[in-house]
Amino acid sequence: MESMLHITTLHYLVLGAALFLLGVIGVLTRRNVVIVLMSIELILNAVNLNLVAFSRLWGGLHGQVFAIFVITDAAAEAAVGLGILIAFFRNKETVNIDEVNLLKW
Amino acid sequence: MLIGGILVITRKNPVHSALALIVTLLAQASIYLMLYAPFVAGVQIILYAGGIMVLFLFVIMLVSIDRSMKERQFNSQWVVGIVAATALGGLFIAVYTKGKDIFPEHALPMVENDNTQQIATMLYGQYMFAFEIASLLLLVAIIGAVVMAKKRI
Amino acid sequence: MGQVVQYIQSYLTSSQTPGAAGNMFWVLVYILLVFVGLSVAVIAMNWLERKILAHMQVRLGPMRVGPHGLMQPIADALKLLLKEDIMPAEADGLIFWVAPFIVVLAAFTVFVVVPFGPTHAITDMNIGILFMLGVSSLSVLGIVMAGWASNSHYPLIGALRSSAQMVSYEVAMGLAVVSAILMTSLNAEGTGTLSMIGIVQAQQAQGEWFIFKFFPLGLIAFFIFAVAMVAETNRAPFDLAEAESELTAGFHTEYSGFRWSLFFLAEYSAMIAVSSIAVTLWLGGWLRPFPNMLSGHIWDQVFALFPGITFLLFAAMCFYNTVRMPKHPLFRVQTIGLAGFGVVLGLIGLILFIPVVSTRIQDIFWFSAKVAGFMYLYIWYRGTFPRYRFDQLMRMGWKVLLPLGLGVLILTASVALLQEKIWHP
Repeated sequence: MESMLHITTLHYLVLGAALFLLGVIGVLTRRNVVIVLMSIELILNAVNLNLVAFSRLWGGLHGQVFAIFVITDAAAEAAVGLGILIAFFRNKETVNIDEVNLLKW
Repeated sequence: MLIGGILVITRKNPVHSALALIVTLLAQASIYLMLYAPFVAGVQIILYAGGIMVLFLFVIMLVSIDRSMKERQFNSQWVVGIVAATALGGLFIAVYTKGKDIFPEHALPMVENDNTQQIATMLYGQYMFAFEIASLLLLVAIIGAVVMAKKRI
Repeated sequence: MGQVVQYIQSYLTSSQTPGAAGNMFWVLVYILLVFVGLSVAVIAMNWLERKILAHMQVRLGPMRVGPHGLMQPIADALKLLLKEDIMPAEADGLIFWVAPFIVVLAAFTVFVVVPFGPTHAITDMNIGILFMLGVSSLSVLGIVMAGWASNSHYPLIGALRSSAQMVSYEVAMGLAVVSAILMTSLNAEGTGTLSMIGIVQAQQAQGEWFIFKFFPLGLIAFFIFAVAMVAETNRAPFDLAEAESELTAGFHTEYSGFRWSLFFLAEYSAMIAVSSIAVTLWLGGWLRPFPNMLSGHIWDQVFALFPGITFLLFAAMCFYNTVRMPKHPLFRVQTIGLAGFGVVLGLIGLILFIPVVSTRIQDIFWFSAKVAGFMYLYIWYRGTFPRYRFDQLMRMGWKVLLPLGLGVLILTASVALLQEKIWHP
């Protein structure tokens, strides 16, 4: 097991970046609004991972405290987003994001 | 965690996506434990996996998805989306390969036993204002969500 | 052989839980012990529930299967295992399969931090109570998925109601837990702890169980938690989601055989888990009753006799019932079985008198006795109270328990602050 990788901060950052990319792809390419909202949660999680990884690196706990705030914020935003989704669904009977084109020129 | 993330964005059935997201969140909690952050891991499990995902599953069930499952899954602009994401990925790779030498080799040792106490001291001391604002934000979000989902305002 | 004995002895004198000591072998042994103990407890609960409910309703309960129905749970388990495994045609295969596992997983993982004694936990996490609350909220996910995957109305409505109820009462539970944790910080250094073993040690250091602290605040917090935990596990009188007369069987209607038994197992394990949270936080965990008023070596000896006496009492009850069995040749096997069971219980009681075993067993016995008291309370509630209607249930969770929990928290914090500043400056 001598060739086992020593897990440095860079590994966590790369993982965070990969999750962020997945979230961005999800937001940009899916049609179902619920899955877009879930991809936004993925993005927020990637940011949290970055914060906590840096907090580990520099020893202070500011990153972790801020990560808690981000989680709280994500909860609030998920609630409001899903409320909007329900209102939207009640009007249009579909969860297809391509159909939200009433303001399109 | 990456497999979970890929499954989230590629599944046709939103309930499968939600399940993959739960797996991702739980994996994230265990990574927080590796990073000497037990309190954040606990908060993640309670809030994210136990709260937000229940909210998502409720809404998925109330919104009928049978019709949407038979439609095309990916956007009409998916090419542009993939190109933009690739550009972003390229930016990330450039930043990380150029800057990977500035991190010190060994991280500072962190004690785990009083993590919660230290976070509490900081939360109620230094970040008190942010704490109050966060609770105000949650109040606004609750009122907003209730108003949006009502049938008659 | 000597090395093995020495290894076991070195463990028995350690002062840490196996998880904290990093000892994988003992961790595995403990996990196995907890698993086996939990299974035995669930089987015993099944039998006890039917017998106690029956006696409360002035009837006898199962009497045929074994002597006084003692083999009934085993017969039930065999029946469930041998039943056909039905899956509805339109159901979502993956989720239908995964849902019971998530519920069982959530219910069993909670026991990793349950403290049976100062070193008798699988591990002692820093965030013990946070972990327990979080993992028990994962079972809501399993229930929602079970209702969804069955693809029919009754399970869906049952699942939505059940999960709404569980989520609502989790908030009240959390507030009651916070006000108990607040009391752990009233020690010399002024810092509390979230670890389960730390909470019981705080009660030991402060000399009183938290249920009696700042009377009546501890009692009200305990009461809030006791009501919320009954609602959290979907038990009577809050069992609208699975009541047989209301919604067929709620979210586990479409599950048959082994999958249903997984839900059933998870329900009883969740009951035991939240009861152990209540016992740890308010009733002093593994501490024996009256640690202060009746302290001293002699009283310690007296209380050390309790485990053995309890089992001998059970054995005496078995023998008494053996004598009362009908003197018919067809009952011979049952009579011999009951007498044998009585002999086994008596032997266990006698073993528990040996001083070496007795000192190790003390903590585990008191903890289990208190949890068993809570189980009896659960069965008592089921036999006594009428069912709450769903809107009454939600009203109570949000409009009664939540303000009460907030009030108790604020009052506890103020009284604790006053105590710190005025009485012990």
